[in-house]
Amino acid sequence: MPPEPYDVLVIGGGLAALCAALAAREAGASALLVDRAPKALRGGNARHSRNLRIAHDAPSPLFPGQYGVEEFIADLETAHGGHGDPELVRILAQGSAELPGWLQARGVRFQLPERGALPWSRKTAFFLGGGRTLMNALYAAAEDRGVAIRYDTHVTHLELEDARVHTLPCRGPEGEGLLRARRVVCCSGGYQADRRALAAAGCPGALHYINRGSPHVTGDLLLQLLDQGAAPSGVPGTCHRVAVHACSPPEDGGIVTRVDGMPWGLVVDTQGRRFQDEGEVITPRRYSAWGRWVSDTPGARAHLILDDAGLRRAPPSLYPPLTAQTLEDLGRRLQLPPGALERTVQRYHAARVDGGDDPLAHYTTGLTPPKSHCALPLERPPFHAWTLAPGVTFTGHGLAVDPRGRIRRRHAPPCQTLYAAGMIMSPAVLGPGYVAGAALTLCAVFGRIAGEAAARG
Amino acid sequence: MTQPKAPNATETETETQTDAETRRTLHLCNICGFCTGLCAVFRSAERRPALTQADLDHLAHLCHNCRACWYACQYAPPHAFAINVPATLARHRARSYRRYAWPRPLAGLLARSGTATTAVALFTTLLVPLLTLLWVPGEVLFAAHRAEGAFYQVIPWGLMSAVAGLTLGFSLLAVAVGLARYWRDIGRGGPPAVSVWRALPAAARDLFTLRNLEGGGGGCNDRGERPGHARRRLHHALFYGFLLCLAATTVAAGYHHFLHWQAPYPFFSLPTLLGTVGGLSMVTGAAGLIRLKRGADPAPTAAETLPADYALLGLLLATAATGLLLLALRQTPAMGLLLALHLGTVLGFFVMIPYSKFVHGAYRAASLLRAAMERPTDRPTGLDLT
Repeated sequence: MPPEPYDVLVIGGGLAALCAALAAREAGASALLVDRAPKALRGGNARHSRNLRIAHDAPSPLFPGQYGVEEFIADLETAHGGHGDPELVRILAQGSAELPGWLQARGVRFQLPERGALPWSRKTAFFLGGGRTLMNALYAAAEDRGVAIRYDTHVTHLELEDARVHTLPCRGPEGEGLLRARRVVCCSGGYQADRRALAAAGCPGALHYINRGSPHVTGDLLLQLLDQGAAPSGVPGTCHRVAVHACSPPEDGGIVTRVDGMPWGLVVDTQGRRFQDEGEVITPRRYSAWGRWVSDTPGARAHLILDDAGLRRAPPSLYPPLTAQTLEDLGRRLQLPPGALERTVQRYHAARVDGGDDPLAHYTTGLTPPKSHCALPLERPPFHAWTLAPGVTFTGHGLAVDPRGRIRRRHAPPCQTLYAAGMIMSPAVLGPGYVAGAALTLCAVFGRIAGEAAARG
Repeated sequence: MTQPKAPNATETETETQTDAETRRTLHLCNICGFCTGLCAVFRSAERRPALTQADLDHLAHLCHNCRACWYACQYAPPHAFAINVPATLARHRARSYRRYAWPRPLAGLLARSGTATTAVALFTTLLVPLLTLLWVPGEVLFAAHRAEGAFYQVIPWGLMSAVAGLTLGFSLLAVAVGLARYWRDIGRGGPPAVSVWRALPAAARDLFTLRNLEGGGGGCNDRGERPGHARRRLHHALFYGFLLCLAATTVAAGYHHFLHWQAPYPFFSLPTLLGTVGGLSMVTGAAGLIRLKRGADPAPTAAETLPADYALLGLLLATAATGLLLLALRQTPAMGLLLALHLGTVLGFFVMIPYSKFVHGAYRAASLLRAAMERPTDRPTGLDLT
């Protein structure tokens, strides 16, 4: 006799999954949440997150100023580049407004700017203690409300077919098993942990990527559903990447492995040649811009070269740089072609135009690519280098859903009993783009919607 | 076969390893920044990015061991970075107490503070009653003294105050010497700071409210992943209970010297009431903290620092409990021996003030003051690329 099916099965353990499970349970459904990660690593990639983008009409203890729904929508439209579903975009912006209150009622705490929390932001609210504290609070709330939770449990197959009761195979601590549920909410994320899948989808250099997030987010369910005829969203093979230290752990390095400070030096590829204007982007967009640029180099590796003055200007870094007294020696230790680094630096120095006291005002002329800002001399030894690699955060390719979170199909109406929320469907809203804090807000907003819709059937 | 090492070399090596691990941990924290809202440690660490040994000491003493950062940490084991801020800082504090101990030869007591505190306290707790038994004639010791000055018929006032004054005086001197060196070191090379006087109100608030045991508002993780306020409240009970007992003793000394009233005082007198409330509060706090520690998640705990914690809590509990017992039975023939027992525990406490976990209060207060001095001048420096 198989066990009584749950009303709602939530697959995944990140923010969307928890919001879906809470919303379903609070709407009166029995709910089971299965997370592929062990308990110590629960929380999906929300573990590595820290802020939510929230629309607000007036200043509050959480935010200074005002950030209206329309401004939020405009920011999203800039980012999704025409790939976002306008209806879902509006749902996201509008749904964001009530999130802080909803989360606070479930034990989540935010940093209050007046307590001196940094960074300070008009558009986003930061969690007290970051994403893991957020997830601990939501797991505690889910336990208190009677959501059943299984860790270390991998749902291996999901049929894109409506059913009165779904029976799903899974692999858990006790071996193979079956899960039964009337409705399923799939919150299992993109496929960024699976480099082969990323490369197969057309992402250049993906086999050389470092995965900044959970190794469990391989997107196997997403890929299965797409194969079975689920409607896609976003652009295959696209993903969000930042430049990280090449020596970082291959998985789960999170925020600390990223490299910054490129404007203070030169960035060369593995042949010792410059390939990008290091002074072009100095806004926060620089992180994802460098992820993209490094991806496009041969072997997806590059080196940031700094002199001692540049090192002092660069922000602190997790790993110490490789250091040598001469450029020649540094080039040798980076295994660059002999003389390549010295030639690159010589050419750069010859093209420099001094801008006086303002470091931003220094630039180059007649150099390709140019260095449009911060073109300071690279002459004070010792010289330092960090090797850069693309670190992937999430994919820009996923499922399409309707406004209730039901999975859309290419050749059939949306499923009635299969829902998706979170990064598995974020490209339906954000396209292949990125807006700080928006993806996390999306997880919470669409997690709630899908969970509640699944509970009400 | 391992090579024998000179004790000093091993010592220095462990010291360097402890520093290196604390530096590695806080360097990663400075880059991550997710915990900045939890307590004073993280923002202070950002202000001291060089993480010199004095910086590390300062940051370790700012840590109140609330463990909120352990449950918040995306880099805690089983993550490859294996970051464990609470245990690392607890270990560092234990080393730091020792490094600043005065006089130097007694620093060894802090190496095994748990054993030393327990041994000394047991010794004095047994010694005083034993000497009393030997010296005080039975008919005096086991008589029911009820009149004013009853205590001093068993143990003369002069002897009692001379021993107390000498031991307490030496201990306070020892704490002061260590603290002065510590204060000098953490003030060197730190970020810009306002004057002590300007920072004092904020530091006092942080110290007396234990703001850093609030986990930024949600409470600290006393036992596990769910935050609560038990630890802060129990620490308050112990600390304020201790202050009430101190007040009781001070008032009693005033009565003795200025009003020439001799102890024991009636139950509804100020010293007795202060001492009773204080003693009960201390017992509640110490017993509660012992219980809390025993039920705590071992993962964020530096196990080798626990004996010192338990020894101090046990000593404070014994001091308060024997005091309450003395109060309850002071009109019976048991008074004489109970007085000796209580004084024995108090003597053990006085002797061990600089060499037990009790010193944490002095270094914590100094670091809270230093952190408050550095707080108002905190401004981003250099070119902001955001």
